[in-house]
Amino acid sequence: MSKQPTRTIKVDILARVEGEGGLYIKLKGDQVQDVKLKIYEPPRFFEALLRGRNFAEAPDITARICGICPVAYQMSAVHAMEDAFGVKVDGQLRALRRLLYCGEWIESHTLHVYMLHAPDFLGYQDVIQLAKDHPAVVQRALQLKKTGNEIVTLLGGREIHPINVRVGGFYKLPTRSEFAALAERLKWARDAALETVRFVASLPFPDFERDYIFVALRHPDEYPFNDGRLVSNGGLDIPISEYEANFVEEHVEHSNALHSVLKQHGAYFVGPLARYSLNFDRLSPLAQEAAREAGLAPVCRNPFKSIIVRSVEIVYACDEALRIIEQYERPEKPAIEIHPRAATGYGCTEAPRGILYHRYRLDEDGAILEAKIVPPTSQNQKTIEQDLGQFVPKFLKLPEEDLRWQCEQAVRNHDPCISCATHCLRVEIDRG
Amino acid sequence: MGNEAPRKPNILVIGIGNAYRSDDAAGLIAARRIREQVSKCGSVIEHTGEGAALMELWKDAEPVIVIDAVRSGAAPGTISRFDAALRPLPASMFRDSTHVFGLAEAVELSRALKQLPRPLIVYGVEAQNLEAGTNLSPAIEFAIQTVVERVLQELSQSTPYSQT
Repeated sequence: MSKQPTRTIKVDILARVEGEGGLYIKLKGDQVQDVKLKIYEPPRFFEALLRGRNFAEAPDITARICGICPVAYQMSAVHAMEDAFGVKVDGQLRALRRLLYCGEWIESHTLHVYMLHAPDFLGYQDVIQLAKDHPAVVQRALQLKKTGNEIVTLLGGREIHPINVRVGGFYKLPTRSEFAALAERLKWARDAALETVRFVASLPFPDFERDYIFVALRHPDEYPFNDGRLVSNGGLDIPISEYEANFVEEHVEHSNALHSVLKQHGAYFVGPLARYSLNFDRLSPLAQEAAREAGLAPVCRNPFKSIIVRSVEIVYACDEALRIIEQYERPEKPAIEIHPRAATGYGCTEAPRGILYHRYRLDEDGAILEAKIVPPTSQNQKTIEQDLGQFVPKFLKLPEEDLRWQCEQAVRNHDPCISCATHCLRVEIDRG
Repeated sequence: MGNEAPRKPNILVIGIGNAYRSDDAAGLIAARRIREQVSKCGSVIEHTGEGAALMELWKDAEPVIVIDAVRSGAAPGTISRFDAALRPLPASMFRDSTHVFGLAEAVELSRALKQLPRPLIVYGVEAQNLEAGTNLSPAIEFAIQTVVERVLQELSQSTPYSQT
């Protein structure tokens, strides 16, 4: 070929992703030369802030990293501490932790499905335009999300940055009767979630699939929230404590968030698509049926269809929440006793966006000597960049504005929480 | 709160921010100081600014006063006041939120769904530093006190709100 023009696609501030970051794509002819997702990173600040603090403070401090998934931070923190101190929370207390996680998944997924992702498929600039044409759809979204909030409020003590979680269990436990009204609303929510799956299944999806290395937790009996081994479709099957022996973080110049890679494989993919594809057989029968009716196979490699997978996970979360509530018997004590010791503990739980890894090194009094936090979005950065590298060449003939839109949508497929991986996103497409 | 008949003041003050983002905490700190003054006749809430939750909060309240840190390029500590019930907030000012569906979007979605409280007063405090940290810039510290006084004054004249 003769001399090819270069072109840059820049999105200074990506709309409808949590937080702010930038995207820069450099093209030469129809070849993508460079894709950079540029983000900054608060977890490093929190890691420093945690040093010297008592172990008991970690759940509430780390919950502040993200307003969307505070429960995930609390859960990974408490599991890591309990691992260090050699205790295991079981029975109803463990079930309540799963219930709390159900609330967060319902809230977070509903927000992304309706407010952030659906407008892309329907050609609306945002959910406000969607609401003008389809107010009932948006009202359903708000009510569904609110049901998730109600779970978090009841169990977490308040809606945002729950304060009722502690190492060993909870501070205060709800009574069975407190769950009665919630259960009624959850039944409505489960129907609304099924309606949501039908709604998103009717959206138009680009024909785009990739051979991802999926990584998620896997548990012998459950769809994973808090517990399990780390597995991949590439043969990985390790306990959480071996995370750092298998995954390494690299600094790249264009991002303040470290890039994670799986040794010998490189980029990997965490989140709903990975969780679903590695754990379809652990979904409740109702959620499996909803997925099948929506045309989803047990493995989904089209990132645009993550909107269906999230909706299936909302069905599961409502279903699981109802199951837990029905079987709830209030334990005598809200928490098990904790005796600090000098040790290192590991925790990894399934945040709405994927695995969230915590490691703490503690002294004999339980003071934190070292903390390490790896949020899901920073683990997906490389995969997001690779998606764009393969996606953009298919759409080069599009006008600049439409191409930029498609790029933003390709990023939003991953529901990046840049406020977790970071705070402040901007898309540049460089055609020279 | 919550027991008054409709049309009577059902005051709600919401301070938005992130306590670990330096000046972004301005709204939270202001709310904390206001709480001591208005706890008897209304609610004061510290919030991360997640839009859907804001909509749920303000749906049945009036008047509603929101305080948030903003960035518009004005001098640090500059205070802006908007009535969001009358016109959209300048979204670019409120972009430095960790939430893509944040305050400005919640206002417009409430408007589209005809659930906007009247009035919905928004105070913006121009931030200087939004890096990770827990210290306030001096100009913001000063501005917070001013905002607290202005909000309390506004609330003391809140009777007209019930007539809007």
